[in-house]
Amino acid sequence: MFRKTLMAAAAMFAMGNTAEAATEITWWHAMDGALGDVVNQITEDFNASQDEYKLVSVNKGGYEDTMTAGIAAFRANNQPNIIQIFDAGAATIINAKGAVKPVQDLLEANDVKFDINDYIPGVRYFYADSDGKMIGMPFNSSTPLLYYNKEALDKAGVDVPKTWQDFEAAAPKLKEAGYTALAQSHSPWIFFENFMSRHNLQMATANNGYDSTDAEILYNNDALKDHWQHVKDWKDAGYYGYYGRAWGANQDAFVQQQVAMWIGSSGSFGGLRKSAQFDFGTSTLPYWENVGDAPKSTFIGGAALFAFAGHDAEQDAGVAEFFKFLTKPETQYYWHKETGYVPITNAAYDLAKKDGYYNESPDAEVGITQLSEEGGEWTKGYRLGFYVQIREVIYREVDKIMNGEETVDAAFATIEEEANGLLKRFNDTYSN
Amino acid sequence: MKRVQFEHSAVPYLFIAPQILIISIFFLWPAAQALYQSFLLEDAFGLSSQFVWFRNFEDVLSSSSWTRSAIFTVVFSVLVSVLSIAISLFLAVRADEVIRGAKSYKTLLMWGYAVAPPVAGLLGNMMFNPLMGDLYMAFNSFGFEFNHIQNANDAAFVVILIAVWKQVSVNFIFFLSGLQGIPKSVQEAATLDCKSPERRFWTITFPLLAPTTFFLLVINLTYAFFETFGIIDVSTKGAPGGSTATLVYKVYVDGFLGADMGGSAAQSVLLMIMVSVLTVFQFRFIERKVHY
Repeated sequence: MFRKTLMAAAAMFAMGNTAEAATEITWWHAMDGALGDVVNQITEDFNASQDEYKLVSVNKGGYEDTMTAGIAAFRANNQPNIIQIFDAGAATIINAKGAVKPVQDLLEANDVKFDINDYIPGVRYFYADSDGKMIGMPFNSSTPLLYYNKEALDKAGVDVPKTWQDFEAAAPKLKEAGYTALAQSHSPWIFFENFMSRHNLQMATANNGYDSTDAEILYNNDALKDHWQHVKDWKDAGYYGYYGRAWGANQDAFVQQQVAMWIGSSGSFGGLRKSAQFDFGTSTLPYWENVGDAPKSTFIGGAALFAFAGHDAEQDAGVAEFFKFLTKPETQYYWHKETGYVPITNAAYDLAKKDGYYNESPDAEVGITQLSEEGGEWTKGYRLGFYVQIREVIYREVDKIMNGEETVDAAFATIEEEANGLLKRFNDTYSN
Repeated sequence: MKRVQFEHSAVPYLFIAPQILIISIFFLWPAAQALYQSFLLEDAFGLSSQFVWFRNFEDVLSSSSWTRSAIFTVVFSVLVSVLSIAISLFLAVRADEVIRGAKSYKTLLMWGYAVAPPVAGLLGNMMFNPLMGDLYMAFNSFGFEFNHIQNANDAAFVVILIAVWKQVSVNFIFFLSGLQGIPKSVQEAATLDCKSPERRFWTITFPLLAPTTFFLLVINLTYAFFETFGIIDVSTKGAPGGSTATLVYKVYVDGFLGADMGGSAAQSVLLMIMVSVLTVFQFRFIERKVHY
């Protein structure tokens, strides 16, 4: 009896000891709902895989809330070890000198093998600096895809459009069959940023903003304006449904079979599979055949993980350990399968292929195929300050194009002027 | 000559100290911070900053979207205040006259008070959803080409409707208690002198309600300026084309979402100035007409 108690006490002591010895690292993320569950599972798996570190992951709301929480915490010297920052906010955190430790440095300092070429091409340089050093670890990476209602396309007797020329031929037939041909959910991301990448057009001076914060936007160009003139014409002809700026409202129109095709994110796949009561397929983002040297690969959307500065070496080692776990092919494959986000490493992609995942659900591969398409000079990404506000300007001006308050030319002149004003403000704020 | 000296006691100061402390911590200190921040260009993480005098204010005031937002805010606030006061006054007077089932009427008219602005916004958003919203369908089936997604006036109508609906019950409670505070003897005397109930209302009841109305005007304007944020955030998000973005919503978009500290601080300071001017105006010019 006495011996048993003693052993139990010893065991408890030992357990307490390891719990105390485990270094705690915190991760603030913006994944809620089903995505949050997957993040929690990854956290648990990481904690179970080793006992030196204990990862605590906390959902801080949406992307913007998470970034703001991180900013406030950093200013109060209370920052988490890892924070998830979305694509449009990347310039804010990367240009704030000393806010983060580049992941590449962090990994190398902790003897974790790192080779940027292990990452798939579309993902590799988006969160890197102009020398190609990776600053943020790509986490949830998505790309715009075309979803189509198979029944609608059959009824109209049209094929999935590869190009916008194909689309223009198919749209009247779809209208005749009783459908609005197309809607999309994120004008700045899909019809601005990725338009530039898909056609290999330069988006901003200073190497799309990677080389310097002293950059100017190049949206006010004929190719993009011409595209928007077409969109406006499609809308007026009843081929294009504009349900406002809200992501969900446009997606709902597709789910309720009012529109036959919808451009959303590769990450929308899982959700659509649950909500759509019809057979749908996915295809790549259409392009104009005669513009730029399309088709080129698209940018990634989504977010990356950044390691905040100001923590001791032991915690940083824990962060490196977690990143190592996160980039393992098995973890990436799990993440890819559960969420629809693309796997970020070649090894994970190979694992998914070897496992036969794309044989059973071929649609899941379209996103990564698109990101692995041939890249060009202007397809690696962009780094523009106050880009969140620039997107707001775009949303606003697109509204005005769509309701006829402004011509395409006038709207683009405003976008250029206001975006450059914001970029100048950003440069004045961050360049010294 | 001996000067008159009053005995000063520390006790009154002690009593107001908690209030002063609360005001200092939750208003004066943040306001001073915002004022200071509005003269700085500072990166989001506070790692570098420079003093730029009025640069932020110049940038804000020269932007057309700010001007548009300021005009909308004024129109929106006046409409929301006037409409919600007028409607709730009408309802209160009517409910006050009801004899049978008075309690049920009053309760039904009051319980909208329990709805938080974002929830009201969400309800409105659903009712105006183009794919399934009842009100959206109703308006369109009556032959209006109603489309708040694209038409700025329709969108303004939606946010004003939600904001007024939310505020009517608050005003109703105040008006009802104001009405019940009017002595019966006065009303009876008036009935003897004047037969027309309408005239009686404007000459006797309304002037006696003036203090309540004035109080509500101040409260409603502040509500329209600041608290309607939740309604706008969950319904239009300022769309279409930034036409329904109030100044507070813009501060949120630029400062909270966009991490532009100096710019949004400058906007806050301008907002503070506007509200101060408005309050002074109300107390100097409108309150004169109020008899307590």
